Amino acid sequence: MDVLVLLFAIPLAGGAFLWAWGERDSAPEVNCLFSFATLCVAAWLTAMVVEDGPILGFYEQFFVDPLNVFLVALTAFVGFTTSLFSRPYMRTERDKGRMTAPRLRLYHSMYQVFMFTMLLALTTNNMGILWVAMEAATLATVLLVSVYRTAAALEAAWKYFILCGVGIAQALFGTILLYFAAERVLGREGNALLWTHLDLVKGQLQPAILSLAFVFLLVGYGTKVGLVPLHNWLPDAHAEGPTPISAVLSGLLLNVALYSVIRCKVLTDGALGSRFAGNMMMGFGLLSVVVAAFFLSRQRDIKRMFAYSSIEHMGLMTFAFGMGGPIANFAGLLHMTVHSLVKSAIFFAVGHAAQKAGTQVMEDIRGLLKVNPRIGWGLMLGTLAILGMPPFGVFASEFLILTTAMREQPWATPVLLTALGVAFAAIFRRVQPMVFGETTAKRLPHPPALIPVFAHLGIVLLLGVYVPPYLADWYRAAARLIGGQ
Amino acid sequence: MSPLGIQLVNLFAATLLLIAFAMLSQRRIVALINLFALQGLALAASTATVAWVTGQQHLYYSAGITFALKVVALPYILHRLIRRLNVKWDIETLLNIPTLMLVGIALVIFAFNLAIPISEFSRSMARGTLGIALACVLLSFLMMITRSKAVPQVIGFLAMENGLFFAATSATYGMPMVVELGIALDVLVGMVILGVFLFQIREQFDSLDIRHLETLKED
Repeated sequence: MDVLVLLFAIPLAGGAFLWAWGERDSAPEVNCLFSFATLCVAAWLTAMVVEDGPILGFYEQFFVDPLNVFLVALTAFVGFTTSLFSRPYMRTERDKGRMTAPRLRLYHSMYQVFMFTMLLALTTNNMGILWVAMEAATLATVLLVSVYRTAAALEAAWKYFILCGVGIAQALFGTILLYFAAERVLGREGNALLWTHLDLVKGQLQPAILSLAFVFLLVGYGTKVGLVPLHNWLPDAHAEGPTPISAVLSGLLLNVALYSVIRCKVLTDGALGSRFAGNMMMGFGLLSVVVAAFFLSRQRDIKRMFAYSSIEHMGLMTFAFGMGGPIANFAGLLHMTVHSLVKSAIFFAVGHAAQKAGTQVMEDIRGLLKVNPRIGWGLMLGTLAILGMPPFGVFASEFLILTTAMREQPWATPVLLTALGVAFAAIFRRVQPMVFGETTAKRLPHPPALIPVFAHLGIVLLLGVYVPPYLADWYRAAARLIGGQ
Repeated sequence: MSPLGIQLVNLFAATLLLIAFAMLSQRRIVALINLFALQGLALAASTATVAWVTGQQHLYYSAGITFALKVVALPYILHRLIRRLNVKWDIETLLNIPTLMLVGIALVIFAFNLAIPISEFSRSMARGTLGIALACVLLSFLMMITRSKAVPQVIGFLAMENGLFFAATSATYGMPMVVELGIALDVLVGMVILGVFLFQIREQFDSLDIRHLETLKED
């Protein structure tokens, strides 16, 4: 209970403090400090949930179970490492004149507010507050995407705002329908939107209403997950915003949106007793994987390319959760973890590489290994990891998803394999000359933060070789909560 | 439940839908903002009526919030914004209003069809209201698609939220208070951010035409 207070208070206080602290030189360090404090509290919370089981707090308004606590831990961890990365990155941007002091102040303050909204979305028990937090997450990031104030950045942010705003409005309609169904069973006492209560009575919810509600919720939150055909905002926002924001968007926000969809799916499955929700998710997921894979090879901007790779991987997870069942859910959760670690690590490396080359156009980035071997190896290993090469964790989760698909949905396997193959060819062909090859680039003014890159890749490597038993139990418990089949 | 109350709610619902159509075809930005304020007023009135008919105390508060936010605050911010942006007397060229109206009617029919199976479960007062709410959402969506200026797009976005709010009050007698407050806060913050954003766009492009914002594409 006290832990929950701290979990929200720290990032919120961080946002306010960094706004007040303003344009001082130490703001990046303060940002790291707050992120580290959040990480400590998240670790404490995780330990509590692992020891004593699910926690309910504040008149049941907050709920932490194995499913969301693992995402809380992941969010806090990547939030902290990204703040470490953003320290030298933003300083370099400032030296280059792309960032000014007032904009840096906005950046640091909003970074903490963004962390707060994600933690709120993850731990709230109220489906209405979940919506509010998701919308707030959009609002917190829209000014971050446009922070460079270039024509392209403004366009990307406008698109992000309007598309996600419209999308998430659909989710609100879905939430209203959900409440409409729930108050017939639970009454109008204010707990009819509480997930724990809904979960208990999900078998009595009116199927016709719930199926329509799920369509709206999937379209709404699916826009934020970046599912095709609702993905248009995603590559632009990733490419035009500052790289630390690309890292947290890809690594964290998409996960949180997918988490919302999963919560809704559990309720819909219970009410309908059919595979309706799962089938819809499989359809959207498969479409995303295929479309993103084919768009990958046409990209010239490195951040855009990895944004499409995020769409592909989110599609794969959506497909896995759509299949349902203990193994697919386990694989989906594992993939969520490794994808967010690897993808943020890649964005860290890409950020430094692009700063070094002075461009995001892939043809102009060459010979990273020559100028800075560590950035080069970080990018290369990250790329190999995201492409599903053993022994990294992505291989393990993709392998599990594919083998389950072979058993449960054989028709989908060739499609998935083809898409993964196309993605491999597209990305590897581009990254290889960037890492090797000749260059004339100069050193960066601030030493790049490469510890986060290798820390993330190390964890993913570990998860690929050996998942510790307590972690496996935890994933299994979360997978059981999602159910399906 | 008093028949008068039900009739009143139906009347306000019809007003909302009519205003949605009026906004769809309105070309002047000032008039558009006034229509938006009027829609907010109809929404607040219908919420208050539902509160009176059902005796739900918290709906009075929510009617109050709606009034403060959508009749007073947002139109005020919008008026100020267009004055400072110097787009007060802008007229937008809308192609083919009759076709737009016909598409709108098709959307209304679609919305009613979608809402029929759900309205059957409705023990609340007015059965058509959920369909009307969905129709308002879709019409605002259509408005956003057809506009090429930033401010009308924003108004379309806010009008969409009106439709959603109407769905919440008429079908379910309002969401829990904490959720409503959260939504209101989001809308307000969103509006402020949009305002900041409009200035940034104008500074960059010297215009508020969204057609400038169509360069990021897959080739």
